[in-house]
Order: sequence, then structure tokens, then C-alpha cells
Amino acid sequence: MDQHKFERLVLPDESYNSALLQTAHPPAWRNPEPRDKYNLVVVGAGPAGIITARAAVAVGAKVALIERDLVGGECINVGCIPSKAIIRTSRLYAEMRDAENFGAQIPTGIKIDFPAAMERMRRIRARLSRFRGSAARLSSVGVDVYFGEARFAGPDAIVVDNKTLRFKKALIATGARPKSAAIPGLAEAGYLTNESVFDLTECPRRLMVIGGGPLGCELAQAFSRLGSRVTIVQDEPMFLGNEERDAAQILSDALARDGIAVHLNTQTVGVRVPGKEKVVDLVSDGDKTTVTVDEILVGIGSKPNVEGMNLESAGVEYNSEDGIPINDFLQTSNPRIFAAGDVCSEHKFPHIETAAARIVVQNALFFGRRRLSALAIPWCTYTDPEIAHIGLYVTEARAKNIPVKTFTVLMHEVDRAITDGEEEGFVKIHVREGTDKILGATVVASHAGEMICEISLAMSSGIGLGALANVNHPYPTQAQAIKMAADTYNSTRMTPTLRWILKQWLTW
Amino acid sequence: MAISSASVSLSENLTVADPRGLSDEAILDRIQRAAFGYFTETFNRANGLVADTTRPGSPSSIAVVGFALSSYPIAVERGWITREDAAQRTLTTMRFFWNSAQNENADSTGYKGFYYHFLDMQSGKRVWHSELSLIDTALLIGGVLIAGVYFSGSNQSETEIRELADMLYRRVDWSWAQINKFTLSQGWKPECGFLHYGWEGYNEAAILYVLALASPTHPLPASSYSAWTATYQWESLYGHQFLYAGPLFIHQFSHAWIDFRGMRDEFMREKGIDYFENSRRATYVQREYAIHNPHEFEGYGENCWGLSAGVGPGDRALRVGGRLRRFLSYSARGVPYGPDDGTIAPTATLASIPFAPEIAMPALRYLFERYPEMAPERMLPSGLNPTFPGNGSAAWMSEQYFGLDQGIVVMTIENYRSQLIWNLMRRCPYVTTGLQRAGFTGGWL
Repeated sequence: MDQHKFERLVLPDESYNSALLQTAHPPAWRNPEPRDKYNLVVVGAGPAGIITARAAVAVGAKVALIERDLVGGECINVGCIPSKAIIRTSRLYAEMRDAENFGAQIPTGIKIDFPAAMERMRRIRARLSRFRGSAARLSSVGVDVYFGEARFAGPDAIVVDNKTLRFKKALIATGARPKSAAIPGLAEAGYLTNESVFDLTECPRRLMVIGGGPLGCELAQAFSRLGSRVTIVQDEPMFLGNEERDAAQILSDALARDGIAVHLNTQTVGVRVPGKEKVVDLVSDGDKTTVTVDEILVGIGSKPNVEGMNLESAGVEYNSEDGIPINDFLQTSNPRIFAAGDVCSEHKFPHIETAAARIVVQNALFFGRRRLSALAIPWCTYTDPEIAHIGLYVTEARAKNIPVKTFTVLMHEVDRAITDGEEEGFVKIHVREGTDKILGATVVASHAGEMICEISLAMSSGIGLGALANVNHPYPTQAQAIKMAADTYNSTRMTPTLRWILKQWLTW
Repeated sequence: MAISSASVSLSENLTVADPRGLSDEAILDRIQRAAFGYFTETFNRANGLVADTTRPGSPSSIAVVGFALSSYPIAVERGWITREDAAQRTLTTMRFFWNSAQNENADSTGYKGFYYHFLDMQSGKRVWHSELSLIDTALLIGGVLIAGVYFSGSNQSETEIRELADMLYRRVDWSWAQINKFTLSQGWKPECGFLHYGWEGYNEAAILYVLALASPTHPLPASSYSAWTATYQWESLYGHQFLYAGPLFIHQFSHAWIDFRGMRDEFMREKGIDYFENSRRATYVQREYAIHNPHEFEGYGENCWGLSAGVGPGDRALRVGGRLRRFLSYSARGVPYGPDDGTIAPTATLASIPFAPEIAMPALRYLFERYPEMAPERMLPSGLNPTFPGNGSAAWMSEQYFGLDQGIVVMTIENYRSQLIWNLMRRCPYVTTGLQRAGFTGGWL
């Protein structure tokens, strides 16, 4: 049996990235011999695949996990983890420049060390990979890990590395790759995506970010704070097309304050490379502009990885644009084959995969009938301020004819936000009118990602907004904003009649 | 015609008096008179166009023309101009628009009964690459319809005014601007077609929908109105429950023409208030924001508030009092989500008077006392910024005056004093029809 050959390099070729490779795709890995039959074969070792494989093996199942590139998937290697690491460093520089607002002096001679920031990212990535993206660890808990391209060979078999794996159930969790933009001249000029941007060792002097979704906004802000002169182009009137308008407005202002040139409602119509620079042509409602940059980062969405797996032989329907359609139980058109994560989901954030993965284990291995739609799914864009959301938006609720009431607390009403100098943003909680049932919430705040957890807990446990007023928060914390919204809700329940009754009672 | 650039003092007979010695009524009378002076001073007798601002070379804004047309009846009733003069100005304006070029060319005056937002003061042709604007056409037509009701005399001029008013209204092809089944586009340009963004959330378009729904020739379906109200945000802010919009002018513009007191559409029936009460609450929210003053700007407080669309000290970043401040030029500033660069709009404070006189009048008096460059006998500035450095104890004040600002002042004060514009609009059958088709009941309907 030949050991699997793997020529992949993670750039730059240095010690942390070598360590990453050793963990996530060991060059000397030997694929195991397949067992007679697996309870579950998982294709794709990103968050969804790994969590499902671990959970399945923990309940005693025979599990195989197939990966063609790096264990840990996009999240660990070219997504959440590297981006959050550089975002943290970039925030430090921003705070240093903002020191006067905190009653401190701006350090003299701030010199941004981009290579050091990236090295820290690589170090953290390699370290996390040892726990979250390690082939060896998975193998040690009993998962049979195979490296190679997976191809279905019928409704109950997969071939990888010339080995046939027979399965009772399978999970496709192959994720997605960055979508390419059909802009004339872009391919010739060369551009970065999230798959290559973390390979950089020098900061681009001028960077154009095409795409105003979460990825584009996060990286535009981070790179601007790390010293790049950034232009961001979004073809819609606001950033984060799915988000609340007020959240998008706050973000737009924050990006402009960071010195980013913001072009909303703008199409990128061409790229030229007259010399060493890249010249980008933009059009907005008939008005033309040209911007000259050194690098272009494209973040306009992703394309599901569905090609080359011979899904047809397994009876799994798919579409190269939208991916694999699933029902509410995460089953594909072949009920024995499930799909989870970016390959099929409309929402592309890891905690969804985590939740979905748990559903798969129950539904695939046992007689589970757990539904995806039953999940309250939060997500967060990690700009500064962060923007987090869960549940329904007001427009969604009204489109379903659900009467909605919104309770808003502005962060500048929260004592701890004021002491911290982190007053930008709000907490908005939407309830069904006439009840305290929380339909959804949006939080814009420096720590929105942390704050949304309380609301996520309330929604998944059926706790209403009124009850949240009884939850004790230490004072002073920014999370108190949620209790303040709950208190406002309770005060609206004080009707004139009730007030009269209470007044009568209290005339002792 | 030359347009004066300096502070325009048009009240020939009024000397600047100490506001503390004046009654509220006297103060409002002076402010209104000064504001009306904008429309006589920046008027082109050849075509009736009125300038967008007092800046030399300013184009005409069709919305400002709409405010002008609405202001002439007020000026007649107040005795500032004669009825004949008002009729002549109105006729010149309407004849110009009726006869102007309406086609797809980039330099015409309009298309499909709509007009470009900005027109050259002399030639009346489109300038500034501006868009064929729905809302600004609606404000122009608001003025047109006011004139059509007010000039009810049987002489030739007034008869022609009524005929032109009807023709101008009927010519507008509102339904053409519906870009999909429900949404209305904000505008159109010959270079790129309909603008990419529509109307989302509560804004000043109420008057647009009322006029468009009622059109006997090119009406919008009632479903387009409910599609718009479906995007509303009902919020609870600083203890006030209300229909949210950031800049104060949104809560004021449509009310300049239409009396919304007591009438409710489906949305307001569900919420139990009306749009007038809503504007009152929005005014209180604006004041509360200024009291909180999250960005710690100078001057903000219980008597200094009002963020709206208007001009500011200019796009620049300066260090003021140890903080980096980013100032803006023309911007639709809003509460509470911004943008806010420390600039308040005194005309928006003024235009809050019908809704919350108990807080608006004290605020106005405070501004006159604190910033003596402002006086009831002078037009109110578009922007006032006490944070902007270099003014000593005073504040930065905008030098140019904006027609929209002066127009809302004239109309609002008149509605507060005599309800003239509201009463005139009630007699316009199109407005009644439009409100009814939008689902309004109650009030004066």
C-alpha cells in the first residue's frame, strides 16, 4: 500500500506552517484499510465533518472521515481562526491610535509590524490545529481518517485512494470555496481570496476589497488598521446585505472613520495592469471612478464543493451554484446520505455546522427526527463594533404577518460601555406583539458576539424577554444592556389599570 | 439673475429685537417673514425657478420650487405680497414646467411627468448629473396642488393656474417608477436607468404615496403602500415607542402639506397612535439623544437638539479638545445611530413646533440667546456646530441658506398659527382619495 503523496505547501514555508501541515495533512500519512462496513462515512474534515465524526465515534459507531486537503477545513486554516487572530492585532493598533479618547497618550513612533502580526496568526493557527484540526488525534479516538479525493460508487459506497468504503449512512460536509468574480481583467491581474490572503507576509500598500459581506468588511477593517490604504466596493446600497439597516449604517460609519474609502452601490467593471499596479474601474449609477491599488481581495461569496464526487451514482441531487438541497432533517435526495455546512447551507458560519452535526448523528445513527428549522442560529460579523444576530429580522416577521415590537437599548445608555469607551451600537430585541416571546435580536457592540449568547440561550430554552429581567447580571457589564431591554419590556406591561390597582393597594 | 451670497436680511421694516422681550407669536412671525424672504430673493422671474441654496451659482431644486409655490398663498394671507404677484409667480412657474422638455435626453428638464432634482436656474435643464427624482417631484406637485386650490378666482390667471395644476399632476407617470411588483424606485437616470435602491423604512415619502395612489391617470396600486409600510421599524427608544426614522426632517416634511392628526392607516391602527403623535415622540427622542450626548459634543442639551439633513463644517478631521473629530459637509444626520458630527439643524428644531411646542419654543429661545448671530429677523442657518473650533464661545454657522430649510419654516409656522396649508390640502380631492386608498380613516377624512 502506497502512502498518500501530498505536495501541498502552506505558504509561507516556515516552521509554524510546517507544523500545521504535520497536524492537518501529515505528508507521511498512511490511509488505513477499510472496515467491512462503516456506520457513517463523512466526506470533508471541516467543522461539520469533524464534530460529527467525533460525536458518532463517541456513541460507538464505526466512522470514516475523508479529507482531500487540510483537516480543520476553511475555518481553522483560511477562515475564522486566522481572521480573528489578525483582527485582534489590528484592534490593538486602532486603540493605540485612539489612546486620547481613553485618557492616555498616543505612543510615539507607532510602527506597524505586519510580518509579526501574521507570524502570530500562523503560530495560533498551528496551535489550534493540534486540537481542532489534527488527523492523528481523530485517529486516536477511533475515527478512520483517509486523505484523498472521495468519489461515490453507488448509494452505499465511496472510493478514496483506490480503497472502497462501504457505509450505512454518509455525511457530505465538503464545504465551499471562494466564488470567482467575472470581472474583465481580474484573473489576469491576479487577486487574493480568503484562501490566499493569509499567506501574505508584507502588507499591501493599497488594497481593494471587492465584496461588502462579513468577510470583506472584517478584512477591509483589519488591513486598514494594519497599515494598508483600503478601498471597499459593494454592489448593494448597504454592507452586510442581510443585516438590519441601522447595523449596516453603523458599520459603514466605522469603516469610514478607519480611513477606508467606501464605495456602496458600485460595480467593479474592469481591472487593468499597465505596470506593476492594478487599476480598477468602478461604476456607480452611471458615474465612473478609477482606483489604483497593489492588491485586490475578492470576497463575494462562495461556491459549494460538489464537483468530482460522482454524486449522481449515489442518487444525491445537487446544483453547482446552490449546492446540495437538504430537507429539514438534513437528508439529501438519498435519505441515507446527509449533508451539512457550507456545501448546502444558506448560512455559512461554523456554529451552525456544530449544531447541524449533532442533528446528523441523531438522525443518521438513531431514529432521530431533529429538525434544522428548530434551531435558533446566531451569527456574528467580527468588525469593530461587532454585529451579531439571531432569529428573525423585523422585515421577515412582518412578511409572515407576525406583529412585532422592538425593544432597543443604545450602548451609550449602558454604564460599562461608557466607562470602557465602547458606546457605539445597540441591542435590539424583537418580540411577538402581545407576548414576550423573543423572535430575534440584533446586537451591535464591541462584544456583540459574546452578548448574543444570552439571547441564544433564552430562545433555545423558550425563555421570554420578561423573564430575562429576572436574570441577575454583575454590575457593571455590557451584557446588562439585555436586562435593560427586558426591563423596558416589563415597564410597558404596566397598564393604567394595573397602575391604579397597585396604587389602591399601596394606600396603607 | 444675481443671487446674494451674504446673510440675507430681507425684513426691510423689522429691526433686530431682543427675543426675550418678544412673545412666542411675535418671534414666530419674524422667523416666518425672514424665511419667506428666501423665495423672493432667489426667484427667477423668467421661469419661476427658485435656487437650492444662496451659494452663487446654485442650481434650482424642484423640491424648493414646491415649497415656494406653497409659500406664496401664505405670503398673500400675511400681507407680504399681493395676490396678483403670487399668481404671476405661480403661473410663470407652472407654465415653465408644463412646457419644459420631457424626454430621455440627459439634458432635458424631465421625463414621464417627473423632473430632474436639480435644474439650471436660467435654462431649466438638468444639471449635476442629478436623478429624475420621485420624492422631489412629489414635493413640487404638493406645491402645485396647493396653488390649484388656493387660486380659486375666476380671472384668467387663476383659471389657468387651476388648469395647469391639474395637468401637471395628471402627467406624472407614477406607475412607471414601480421597479418590481411592490417597490418604488427613488429615481432614474438616463445613464443607468432606475436607481439601485428603493424606499425602505419610514421616510418622507408619505406624501409621494398619497399623490401617487390617487392619480387618475397613472396610479400606484394600494399594495405598493402596504409594501412600503411593511418595511417600517417600530422601536422603543429612551422609553418612547414610535415609528423610527433618524433625521428629523422625515417626521416633518409630509406634515407640511397634510394634516395627519387623528387619522390612521393600518399600521397606525395596529399601534394605536397617528403620524402626528409619532412625530411628537420622535421630537422627544431627538431631545433625549442630545441630553445623553454620547459623543460629548459641545452645546448639546435639553434646549439644543435636532439632527436632520443639512450642511456642516465640511469633510475634515480635526483634533478638538484632545479628541479626533470628523466633521461632515451636507449629510442626513440622524438620531440615535448617526451620523452625528456635532451639527444641529435649527430649522428642524423650529419645524418641531406643531408637534411639541413645549420643548421646541424654549429650545428656539435658548438658541437665540446663546448664539446671538441667530435672530428671528434673519433666516435660520442650515447648520449650527458649537464643537467646531475657531469660533470662541460661539458656534460654527453655515453661511449658505437652503431653500428646503426656509420652506419648511414658512409652512410649518403657518400650519401652527392658522392651519392654512392643511386646510387648503383638505380641499384637494386627490389628497383625500390618496389617503383613503392608502387605508387612512379618521381625522378630517
